[in-house]
Amino acid sequence: MAEFKHKDIIALRDLTREEIELLLTTAENMREINSRAIKKVPTLRGKTIINLFYEASTRTRTSFEIAAKRLSADTVNISTSTSSSTKGETLADTALNLLAMKPDIIVMRHAVSGSHYFLSRKIPCSIINAGDGAHEHPSQGLLDMLTMKDRFGRLDGLKVAIVGDITHSRVARSNIQGLTKMGSRVYLAGPPTMMPPAVERLGSVTVCNGMKEAIQDADVVMMLRIQQERQGKTLMPNAREYSRYFGLNPENLKLAKPDAMVMHPGPINRGVEMSSYVVDGDQSHILKQVENGVAVRMSMLYHVCGGELE
Amino acid sequence: MSENTTVLLDESGIKRALTRISHEILERNKGVRDVVLIGIRSGGAYLAEEIGRCMEIIEGERVPVGAVDITLYRDDIRSHAPHLPVGKTDIAFSLEEKQVVLVDDVLFTGRTIRAAMDALMDHGRPSSIQLAVLIDRGHRELPIRADFVGRNVPTSLKENVAVLFDERHIPIEVVLEK
Repeated sequence: MAEFKHKDIIALRDLTREEIELLLTTAENMREINSRAIKKVPTLRGKTIINLFYEASTRTRTSFEIAAKRLSADTVNISTSTSSSTKGETLADTALNLLAMKPDIIVMRHAVSGSHYFLSRKIPCSIINAGDGAHEHPSQGLLDMLTMKDRFGRLDGLKVAIVGDITHSRVARSNIQGLTKMGSRVYLAGPPTMMPPAVERLGSVTVCNGMKEAIQDADVVMMLRIQQERQGKTLMPNAREYSRYFGLNPENLKLAKPDAMVMHPGPINRGVEMSSYVVDGDQSHILKQVENGVAVRMSMLYHVCGGELE
Repeated sequence: MSENTTVLLDESGIKRALTRISHEILERNKGVRDVVLIGIRSGGAYLAEEIGRCMEIIEGERVPVGAVDITLYRDDIRSHAPHLPVGKTDIAFSLEEKQVVLVDDVLFTGRTIRAAMDALMDHGRPSSIQLAVLIDRGHRELPIRADFVGRNVPTSLKENVAVLFDERHIPIEVVLEK
């Protein structure tokens, strides 16, 4: 039986296949709690969790907060607009000040890739990455894998197409790291301006010449959001042209397997990366992803609490 | 089998004990009406299935059988690093106004039973919770007792009592390890 010994979860790159399997199994078994009349277990009673968000988030922050509360932990939310960072405090100083209030876990989202590694060397409490720049978003990767596993009963051998702005996508990176470890076949497609050089180094992925090649016979089509806040102006001419070449619509979805599942990490730009017909269609598992997010985050919080100080 | 191991019950001994427990449950509850069985993972869950089968043979009616995993309710969760794996709680029916018979393999300190009762209460409000165990080995640390006992076995704290199951989860032996 696998054990989970990490006190932090910063990237799926740092986890083994067995550890990822354990996190997913725990999430599956915790899901039952979310459908009860009393949606709470006493497991993390007395633990304090700080959600420190330097970037906007509704889904992820709410999901982490609900996950913590279902495990009976106490939560505090700090977002940039209300934090001292607007007064010029550095990340390290903010963290040390928070640490003085004795939290057990800090769940952080930050615009700078790798900021969680920096933080984990400064402070001893557990750190969970809720998204760092264009690096990783491990809870999203895990909930995506759980949603695929629900649908197919396995991850091994699945053809997963990831389409969109790979360069700026931490969701893509976490999925690539996780899925290739679990034995899925990952195909990437996107405009050349949005495909990072040497992306193959992240894992055994196939970079496709266009969207059709990627989604042909795919079991899973994962569409990424066009991240206008991270992009410069020069990566694509306009949204309409992007949509024509890299948008998912009922026509090109027919290239995938008939029972293929459609996923999106949200928030969706309807009519850009996906047409509304697909977003609201039968093959869409987007809301199922959100539902699984709570269980996956409960699993992460539970296991880092049992982790050893590294 | 090593010389430090004694067999307390063999397969037919276990069968007889579970059959008697089944009769006692039916007698106490005047039949199967509103009775549900909940086994504690993992040994207790297998035994609950066995008792369910026995009761069906006796009474000709199937009672609902569920399983509860108590990991998230343990009082010693903090002392386990890394944390224990979480099993699946599988209760596909309401516990409201039911006579719940909680089933475990070995009753020892009573802490597992406390955790299981808290878990059940989060699923609903049963009319009553009764406790059935195959072995009661003593050494209670909480004010908990069993309603139905397969066998009372006086043990020392250094000993261990284990119920062994085959690959089909049928109980085959109860052993005392010194």
